[in-house]
Amino acid sequence: MGRESLGQILVTSILSGNFVLAMFLGMCPFLGVTHSVSLAFPLGLATTFVIVISSLCAYALNIVLSQLHLEFLRLICYIVVIASAVQLVEMIVKKYSPALFRALGIYLPLITTNCAVLGVALFQTARDYDFAQSLTFATGGGVGFTIALVLLASVRERVNLSNVPGVLSGTAMTLMLAGILSLAFMGFAGIGG
Amino acid sequence: MINVPSTWQEFTEGLWERNPVFVMVLGMCPTLAVTVSAINSISMGLATTFVLAASCWLVSMLRHLIPKEVRIASYIGIIATFVTVVDYAIQAISLELYEALGAYIQLIVANCLVLGRAEAHAAKTSPMPATLNALGMGLGFTLGLTMIGGVREILGSGTFLGLSLFGPNFQPWVVMVLPPGGFFVMGGWLLLFAIVRARRARATAREVSHGA
Repeated sequence: MGRESLGQILVTSILSGNFVLAMFLGMCPFLGVTHSVSLAFPLGLATTFVIVISSLCAYALNIVLSQLHLEFLRLICYIVVIASAVQLVEMIVKKYSPALFRALGIYLPLITTNCAVLGVALFQTARDYDFAQSLTFATGGGVGFTIALVLLASVRERVNLSNVPGVLSGTAMTLMLAGILSLAFMGFAGIGG
Repeated sequence: MINVPSTWQEFTEGLWERNPVFVMVLGMCPTLAVTVSAINSISMGLATTFVLAASCWLVSMLRHLIPKEVRIASYIGIIATFVTVVDYAIQAISLELYEALGAYIQLIVANCLVLGRAEAHAAKTSPMPATLNALGMGLGFTLGLTMIGGVREILGSGTFLGLSLFGPNFQPWVVMVLPPGGFFVMGGWLLLFAIVRARRARATAREVSHGA
């Protein structure tokens, strides 16, 4: 189906259909690693990489599974592919930047259970995207995810310096901030159709 | 002999004391995404409960057989199997519900709550308490989801479980059924709990100082 143009998909997945703020995918890292921008940005990039790789693999897998009429195995196959992609990223990061590897800690392997990664694979299957559309969707989603992470991290860095009432500190405050961010992103609705 | 109180504790632990949604803050994606109405929340909660209980039971049965090195992959495989079962079951029972929940049923696989409980609890305990604990956690998750979904439905569409509450003159708060509403309601509940906890702590402190 070629109804949606590539530009439309890109803009939608970054802004008005932002994975985190509009579709609630990948909430765990969104609430967990966003205390500082220096952590949020690399994690966003790593996740983007995993999203793109697993989206491509999922596209290929889906063709094979549809030909063999094994659609019920789709979910299991997707998750295995994602787990391997995460393992790959983990090895790359460990090799080239041990400091970053230690800083990201448990959140790096946890990309496996990041809904955004599996979400991209499932949504592109559900929407019947072709190869170019899937690639654009995955890239846009990853970029949108990184933007949301960095935005929330910078807001939280500022909030840390201000005087927040005791009862509102912690997760409650983060959720309120995320709500306001999400409200702001709703303003993009309509851009890109 | 079965130790009754401890079994009971296994079950109730997840219901309130360590509620997955409000205390452990696990499994946030479905918590915020599908809770636009109470009925969606309940069905999502029950689906997760089933997956959680079934996979914790199986993980616990197989805990001596699965080698340590490949345990996460095996757990994910087990979870994905049960999620596929739930996915097809819901599709068969109610197509309407299936469309409403969409891809989020399959996304139960990526729910940190399920993998977290399998790894942290079921892999270390025998099947019976592990399943009970998972059931309790699942019901606690359902409760949390329903509390968020109920508020969002009442404020956002003026209904509860599809029944109109305020009559025709009610102006719904549309923002509540849109994505930001999820964040606000969840934050609101956490805020409420924090206030209650602070009040209680202050009351105990006062009692202690009076007693002394």
